[in-house]
Amino acid sequence: MKTLKQTVLTLLCIIAFTACKNENKEIPTSSKPEQVTPATEKTGQAFIKDDEGKPTVLHIAIDSKDHTTLVAAVQAASLENALVNAGPLMVFAPTNEAFASLPEGTVENLLKPENKDALANILKYHVTPGNYSKDFLKKFKKLGQANNGYVKVEVVDGEPLIGGAKIIASIPAGNGIVHVIDKVLLPTE
Amino acid sequence: MRNILKSTVALLSVLVAFTSCDTASKSNSGALSSSAAEKVYVAPGEHDEFYAFISGGFSGQLSVYGLPSGRLFKVIPVFSLDAEKAYGYNEETKPMLNTSHGFVPWDDSHHPDISQTNGEIDGRWVFINGNNTPRIAKIDLSTFETTEIIEVPNSAGNHSSSFVTENSEYVVAGTRFSIPIPQKDMPIKDYKSNFKGALSFISIDPKHGHMDIKFQLIMPGFDYDLSHPGRGKSHGWFFFTTYNTEEASTLLEVNASQNDKDFIAAVNWKKIEDYVNNGGGTMMPANYAHNVYDEATHSATSTMKKEVRVVNPLDVPGAVYFLPTPKSPHGCDVDPSGEYIVGNGKLSANLTVHSFTKMLAAIENNKVAGDAYGIPILNFEDVLAGVVEQPGLGPLHTEFDGKGNAYTTFFISSEVVKWKLGTWEVVDRQPCFYSVGHLMIPGGNSQKPFGKYVLAMNKITKDRYLPTGPEVTQSAQLYDISGEKMELLLDFPTVGEPHYAAGCPADLIKPRSKKLFKLEDNKHPYATLNEADTKVVRDGKTVHIYMTTIRSHFAPDNIEGVKVGDKVYFHITNLEQDYDVPHGVSIIGANTSELLIMPGQTETFLWEPKQIGVWPFYCTDFCSALHQEMQGYVRVSPANSNTPLKWSLGEDIE
Repeated sequence: MKTLKQTVLTLLCIIAFTACKNENKEIPTSSKPEQVTPATEKTGQAFIKDDEGKPTVLHIAIDSKDHTTLVAAVQAASLENALVNAGPLMVFAPTNEAFASLPEGTVENLLKPENKDALANILKYHVTPGNYSKDFLKKFKKLGQANNGYVKVEVVDGEPLIGGAKIIASIPAGNGIVHVIDKVLLPTE
Repeated sequence: MRNILKSTVALLSVLVAFTSCDTASKSNSGALSSSAAEKVYVAPGEHDEFYAFISGGFSGQLSVYGLPSGRLFKVIPVFSLDAEKAYGYNEETKPMLNTSHGFVPWDDSHHPDISQTNGEIDGRWVFINGNNTPRIAKIDLSTFETTEIIEVPNSAGNHSSSFVTENSEYVVAGTRFSIPIPQKDMPIKDYKSNFKGALSFISIDPKHGHMDIKFQLIMPGFDYDLSHPGRGKSHGWFFFTTYNTEEASTLLEVNASQNDKDFIAAVNWKKIEDYVNNGGGTMMPANYAHNVYDEATHSATSTMKKEVRVVNPLDVPGAVYFLPTPKSPHGCDVDPSGEYIVGNGKLSANLTVHSFTKMLAAIENNKVAGDAYGIPILNFEDVLAGVVEQPGLGPLHTEFDGKGNAYTTFFISSEVVKWKLGTWEVVDRQPCFYSVGHLMIPGGNSQKPFGKYVLAMNKITKDRYLPTGPEVTQSAQLYDISGEKMELLLDFPTVGEPHYAAGCPADLIKPRSKKLFKLEDNKHPYATLNEADTKVVRDGKTVHIYMTTIRSHFAPDNIEGVKVGDKVYFHITNLEQDYDVPHGVSIIGANTSELLIMPGQTETFLWEPKQIGVWPFYCTDFCSALHQEMQGYVRVSPANSNTPLKWSLGEDIE
C-alpha cells in the first residue's frame, strides 16, 4: 500500500516536473495531463531553464532517485522557489528510506493540504542558510535552521552528527550544498 | 432673435472649442492618442526584439539598449575606466588601456559596427573606434566585454572608423586630422602638402576576431570624416568622405569651406591587398599598442608593435579615385545593393548620390578631370547618380530600410527625411527633438537591413526631460518606419553623446550569451580553484593573497602578518558556478576600485596599507541572504614587526 502511494507520488512529481520543462519550451503539448499545477504557481527562479550552471539544491534532489519523497514533500509545501534562491542553502536531505522509517502514516498525513504549514515547518528545519563541507560542520555546536529552530551538532567517532543524523553523502550545488542524511529531522518544540 | 443669435454663437463657440480641443489633444498627447505606447511596450519578463549598441561618445563606452522599449541593459566599458566593473582598475584589465602614450584612461568612442558574414550582420563582435588617442576596440558579444584594443599609428582623430567589410575581412580606421608622417617637429604653417592622412585596413581573424594592421594607405593631407564599405557589386571597395581639401591648418570653419566640392575617396582595397600580399608597400618604424584580453586567463596583455606596412597610393595605379562631392560631406553611406554612395554635404542644400556602376564606367573610359597629388579625380557628372533636391538643411548621415528607401538626418532643420532611391523624391519628414546627428536602422551597414525602426540620436535635449541642471543627457528617438509615413514612438535618454549605433535582431546574440565561466577552464596564474588551496605568500615586500569566494564567505577571512609598506595583491577567484552570482570585494583605503568577479573568474586588486591596524574587507555585491556576513579582516603590523604570516577561516565558532 505504502509502495503504491509512493509510486503515485513519484509519478505525480515526474509529471509536474516534465510539465514545467514543457512550459519552458513554449509550446505546450495537447496531451498534457489535466492534474498539473496551475501555471501561476510555476513562475519564479525554479522554472528558469539553465543547463550551464551547476545544479541547484532543488535540482540535485529532483535528479536523485533516493529523494522522491523529499521532492514530493517540497512540492506539496510549495518550497521550490526558495530552494533555488541565491541562498546560500545547506540542505540536509533525508533519503526515501529515512522517510519510510517514520511511524506508519506520518508522511501521508503531512502531505494532506490541510497540513501544508506543518510540513513546511519540518522541511525548513532541514535547511541552513550557509554552505559548509561535512568536515567544516565539525566546528559547529548547533546550526540555526530556516524554520527558526536550532539543530544540535555533535562529533561522534570523528563524524559530524546533525540532530543525530549521519551524513552519508555531500553534493556541492550551484547555490549551496546538499548533505544526504539517514534520518528525518523533527523539530523540537 | 437675439436669443437665437446668442445660442448660435454659443453653439458655434462650443463647436470651435470642441474641435480645437480635439486637435490639441491629438497633437500634444502623441503616443497616447495612437498605438505608439503599445508598439514600444515590452511586458514585464518579455524580451526586446532588437539589441541596439549605442556609442557613448565622450564617455568612452558602449551602451546596450533594447528596442523598441529603449531600456538600458548595460554600459560596456571600452576606452574609459569603469569602477563598477573594475575595468582599467584591476590588474587584469589595466593593460587594455595601454598605448604608446602610456596608460590612457579615457577616449571618445564613436561608431560601433557589428561583424558580418556574407554581407549580413552575424552578431559575433562589435567594433568601435576611440577618436582621441586613435584606437579600435573589439567587444565579444558572447561576454559583452572588450576583448581587444589596437592602437592606430600615423593617425589622429580616428573618426572615419570603425566600419566592417561584408565578410569581416577588415575593420577600417581613417584619420580625421592629417599629421606629419612620421611625426616630427615642424612649423604648423607648413601643413600644406607636408601633412598626410592615413587610412588603416585592420584585418580580422575569422575565428577569434584578432586584429592586425594589414596596411595603411598614406593619403593627401585632407580630413577624412566618415566611411563605409562597398557591398554586393561594390564589395572590395571602400568609400571615405573628405573635407578640408583646402588643407587649412587654422580657422577651418572658414578656411575649410572654400572649395565648392570636396571628395569622396574610393579605395579599391582588394587591389591594394593583392599588392601587399605580393610584397608591396614598405615597413615603416612605428610604436603602437596591441592589447588582448584572454578569456581563459581572465587577463589582458599589452604588446608594443614596432612597425607598420604603409602604401603610397601612387604605387598602386587604379586603386584610389576621388569623386567630387559638394561642400564638406560628413556621412558616407552605401545602400544595401552597393550601387549608391551617398555624400551628405553638411553645408550643401542638396544630397549627392554617386553611382558605383557609373564610377566603374568612368574609370574604364579613363575620364579623368584632373588629379590631387597624383590621385585621379573623376568628373562629378560622370559619377553622379542623382541629387535629392532641397531635402533639408545640414545633412549628416543616411541609412536604408532595404525596401528602396533612404533616411537622412538633417542637423540644422532638425529632422529625419525619408526619400526614395532612384527617383530621389522626398516621401516623408519628421521633426527631431532636437538637432539630430546620426541615425540607425538595425543591420544598417549590411546588405540586409531590418527596416522596422529607425533610431535618431540627437545632439540637443533642452526641455525634453525633467531638467538636471546645466547638463542634460542626449536624447534618442525611435520611429516606426514600417509604413509609408514615419511615426515617432519613443524618446529615451542615452549615455554620453552617441555618434552612431549598430543594431541587430536579439535572436542573433541571445542564444550565445555566456552565463558563467567554467572553473575548470580558469587558467589565471593566480587562480585558486578550491578553498583548500587558499593561501598567503610573502615575497619580499610583496604579499600575494590567494582567496576564494562562495556564498557567503571569503576564504581566508582572517589574515595576519601584513606590514605597512607591503604591496598586497588580492587574487580572488569566485568559486560560484551559478548564473548571475558575482561577488564584489574591496578593503578600506584601497587606492583603486572594487572588483566585481563573475562566477568562475579570477580578478586581482592591489592594496598598499599605509597605517597599522586591523582593516576590514567585504563583499560589495549583494550576493545572498548572508551577504552582510561576507566580510573579513587583515591585520597590518609595523614595517619592522615580526608578526607571523597567518591566514584562516572559521577557527572559532561559538
